[in-house]
Amino acid sequence: MIEIERLTKYYGPHAAVDDVSMFVPAGSITAIVGTSGSGKSTLMRMVNRLVDPTSGHVQIDGRDTTEFPVHELRRHIGYAIQNHGLFPHRTVAQNIATVPRLLGWTRSRIAARVEELLILFQLDPGEFADRRPHELSGGQQQRVGVARALAAEPKLLLMDEPFGALDPIIRAKAQDDLKKIQRKLGTTILLVTHDMEEAIRLGDRIAVMDHGRLLQYAPPAEILIHPATDFVGDLIGTEDRPFRLLSLETAAAAIEPGEAGGPAIAAEATLREALAALIWSGRRAAPVTDAEGRPLGRLVLQSLIERAARPS
Amino acid sequence: MRAYLPLAVRLGVLALLILYLVRPQTFAPALSLLTEPGQPPIYDRADVLSLTLSHLTTVFIAISAATIVGVGLAILVTRPIGEEFLPLSRSIVNIGQTFPPVAVLALAVPIVGFGEAPTLIALFLYGLLPIFENALTGLSRVNPAVLDAARGMGMTETERLWQVDLPLALPVILEGIRLSVAIGLSTATIGSTVAAKGLGEVIIAGLSSNNLAFIVQGGVVVAVVAVLIYDGLSGVERLVARRAGTVLQEES
Repeated sequence: MIEIERLTKYYGPHAAVDDVSMFVPAGSITAIVGTSGSGKSTLMRMVNRLVDPTSGHVQIDGRDTTEFPVHELRRHIGYAIQNHGLFPHRTVAQNIATVPRLLGWTRSRIAARVEELLILFQLDPGEFADRRPHELSGGQQQRVGVARALAAEPKLLLMDEPFGALDPIIRAKAQDDLKKIQRKLGTTILLVTHDMEEAIRLGDRIAVMDHGRLLQYAPPAEILIHPATDFVGDLIGTEDRPFRLLSLETAAAAIEPGEAGGPAIAAEATLREALAALIWSGRRAAPVTDAEGRPLGRLVLQSLIERAARPS
Repeated sequence: MRAYLPLAVRLGVLALLILYLVRPQTFAPALSLLTEPGQPPIYDRADVLSLTLSHLTTVFIAISAATIVGVGLAILVTRPIGEEFLPLSRSIVNIGQTFPPVAVLALAVPIVGFGEAPTLIALFLYGLLPIFENALTGLSRVNPAVLDAARGMGMTETERLWQVDLPLALPVILEGIRLSVAIGLSTATIGSTVAAKGLGEVIIAGLSSNNLAFIVQGGVVVAVVAVLIYDGLSGVERLVARRAGTVLQEES
């Protein structure tokens, strides 16, 4: 849980972050979206005091961040960045062990934790533990970067454009993986991105920033349906709006009784994916099955279209 | 077979050097071709092995001191507290380099007397610049994303210096030390003009007695020692660069 209270940062006469207040609930993903120069990174960097605010306060779990020595504070907050920032002179295992070592964990506890994280991030410990970062692919480096950020089991994870350097296919997979891992661990994540698509995909709540000001802070559906300003509307993109709205729900939410022919749609697919499958195969309805392939009912094209309409 | 050739050449040169240092008389027939009748072909006023060792010791002491001061200074001026001193320390170190070594010797003798001391001072001043400049380059060129990650994960300034900055700058720092050692090995020969023990003695003896064989053996030994050490340090550097995950070519 993070409480940001009237946070302001001036660089000379220019306000990079201008009087921002927001509350980030525990166990959720909050995406801060904005164009470059909107102050989104500065806002995030004030949470772990990489940037000192001109005025205002940040509280984490009810305690002001200035109560702790700055390095102590940072060791208990995960930190993952765009170009992963892995230490090139250390192996994957040593990189992941960075914060636990700073915290003085025992050797065996560190080794166990490193192995656990490598497995969690689908990197075979035997194959990857002793490699150097430059021997990994971009996607693997990114996973090691996030694993390193989670190594000391922080309750809060800050991520600055963590997927920015990945190509689209790997990025989509990394986003899905992050969401799964976040649900599993219950970590509170504050994520900075310039990509509204990514924010909608990952965020439980989205904060839209422009020129240092917080324009809107709401769940994705709310942002899509009622953008607070024209700028927020532009970020969403009018022509994609109905599809983005559909992408927030899974097929399971729109199941109707009945049967339909043709290949089945998985219950955990998003409604956007389901709609695409229906349109592409030229069907008016398709069967839905659960993870084991058991039939659950059907999805009807017409009702999906109705769901994509702006709620009144 | 080709891959072993460079190593074989190095080992061959090293073997010849050791043979000369241990049994200089072996080379008497060859060197006597360079002497006037009646001149000794092999330097015999002192043991060349001990001259070589004192030569190396002088360079080692001077460059160690230059390394401590040069790297220390570079660390200081790349920290937030020392930033203001960057231009000042640059000019001080540069001044050291503009003095000709002979002038340093001449100025130092009245103050510290004859012997090793003036040579140590000259080599120290001469070695400082490459070491300082390279350490400065290495320390200020660490990838900003890596530094941001180190800071964001909660490393203190000291932890960052030892665990990130220095290991990553090490290959470039070593390059500076290698240059200083090479300069030092050749510059140390002039120390013999102020009575420092070293291989310069052989060359000066050759010059004063007009004995070409002395000049050649002194000169060649200094050159061979310098080339072998330079070469060895290059190898160490490549090893360290590979360990640091950086490649030296990127730096130049």
